[in-house]
Amino acid sequence: MKTLHRHIEDSEQMLALGQQLAQRANQGLLIYLYGDLGTGKTTFSRGFIQARGHQGKVKSPTYTLVEQYELSPAVYHFDLYRLADPEELDYLGLADYLTPPVIWLVEWPEQGGDFLPQPDLSLHISHQGTARDVRLQAQSDKGQKLLTELANAPST
Amino acid sequence: MNVLGIETSCDETGIALYDNDKGVLAEALYSQIATHAEYGGVVPELASRDHIRKLSPLITQVLKDSGCTPVDIDGVAYTQGPGLVGALLTGAALARSLAWSWDVPALGVHHMEGHLLVPMLEDPAPEFPFISLLVSGGHTQLIQVDGLGKYQILGESVDDAAGEAFDKTAKLLGLDYPGGPALSALARQGNPERFTFPRPMTKRPGLDFSFSGLKTFALTTWQQHQDDNDREQLKADIAKAFEIAVVETLLFKCKRALKQTGLKRLVIAGGVSANQGLRDGLTRLQNELGIEVFSPRPARCTDNGIMIAYAGCLRLQRGESNDLNFQVRPRWSLENIN
Repeated sequence: MKTLHRHIEDSEQMLALGQQLAQRANQGLLIYLYGDLGTGKTTFSRGFIQARGHQGKVKSPTYTLVEQYELSPAVYHFDLYRLADPEELDYLGLADYLTPPVIWLVEWPEQGGDFLPQPDLSLHISHQGTARDVRLQAQSDKGQKLLTELANAPST
Repeated sequence: MNVLGIETSCDETGIALYDNDKGVLAEALYSQIATHAEYGGVVPELASRDHIRKLSPLITQVLKDSGCTPVDIDGVAYTQGPGLVGALLTGAALARSLAWSWDVPALGVHHMEGHLLVPMLEDPAPEFPFISLLVSGGHTQLIQVDGLGKYQILGESVDDAAGEAFDKTAKLLGLDYPGGPALSALARQGNPERFTFPRPMTKRPGLDFSFSGLKTFALTTWQQHQDDNDREQLKADIAKAFEIAVVETLLFKCKRALKQTGLKRLVIAGGVSANQGLRDGLTRLQNELGIEVFSPRPARCTDNGIMIAYAGCLRLQRGESNDLNFQVRPRWSLENIN
């Protein structure tokens, strides 16, 4: 399955979507999150990261560009909002963060251009009044398999 | 003891010489943000956060301004973390090398410790213990400071920092990023009675903050009033309601922290401390609770070399120093400082 839509009513449902994907990421996963300010990218990430076993806070990485979570596998939560030029990614030493298995959640990946690797999955989040539409798009075999599982899973 | 301080954790290259007898001898700062602000507030570019190009000329300038030569320097302090790894490494490598060639001790300093201690250089200076509210684009933390190296984080933002919420809400309203100060300016034209925004996390116990929801609340309010004829007034009214909500929440938690700890001194630092609404609120708090409020001068609220030279000097005087190795710590909690 290549694409899947989810209608999200509120932040609880966004957290739940994060949890559902997190439960299927044991082998590592690269997820890119597209959507305007305030659509819930960080909320999704919080649901995801806490479901991976992180007990504490999930702070916005806007200022630090990347927050690292020492879980198994390791989770890197990026926010490229403040990048002005994709080349600046070199300064982050991205290659160090790619040793598999690893999980990446990347907010504002469009700021990273060609300097970012191909993800397994991209989420496109848009406003529908106060609700959100989430289009999940698979971009690798792993991503396709995951979407198929997600589509067949009992809805929550 | 005369200490050279080197700060390179993020956007600013800060150099200073601090002497524990004579005070600040000289300082120099290169800020990418300030340069860009002249051209309309362009997002600071990591690529041009070129500390390598700036460090050597700034150190030369500080030596010249202070009338010192390398033989007058008794130690070198640098920011060891937290921050961007590449930026930290630049400062640390240079600091360690200079200290080696000058045959003086080198010491890595925690960036936030610099922010916490630099108000002690003001007159009047707060005495230990005090509560510090650090509020900037990257941080919102309430910290109890009992002495050098004795810090307890009482509360912090669980998501967006206050300054970040300002910048992002400004962006939602169509202002340039980072637009926090522009949002505050706009708020002055706003009607404080029109909208009431929530005060996040004030109804439950604890001292943590959450500002991410306010951004979404602002967006929803904006969308619900799309038919307004006076769009500029709508923007100003939203800006006002947002600012009041942030300021009231910060004040609420400061008050709770003071009550909880029984402390009577409050230090406020970080870029957001320049916000007039917050300043006015702190004056009210001062009168209401009979406490003392301190704030370093604005130039020392943001990143600078003085805070590193000062914190480094205090620790070097205690006999601390690093060996010839150096390491940086991009993620480093203030509570794991010693």
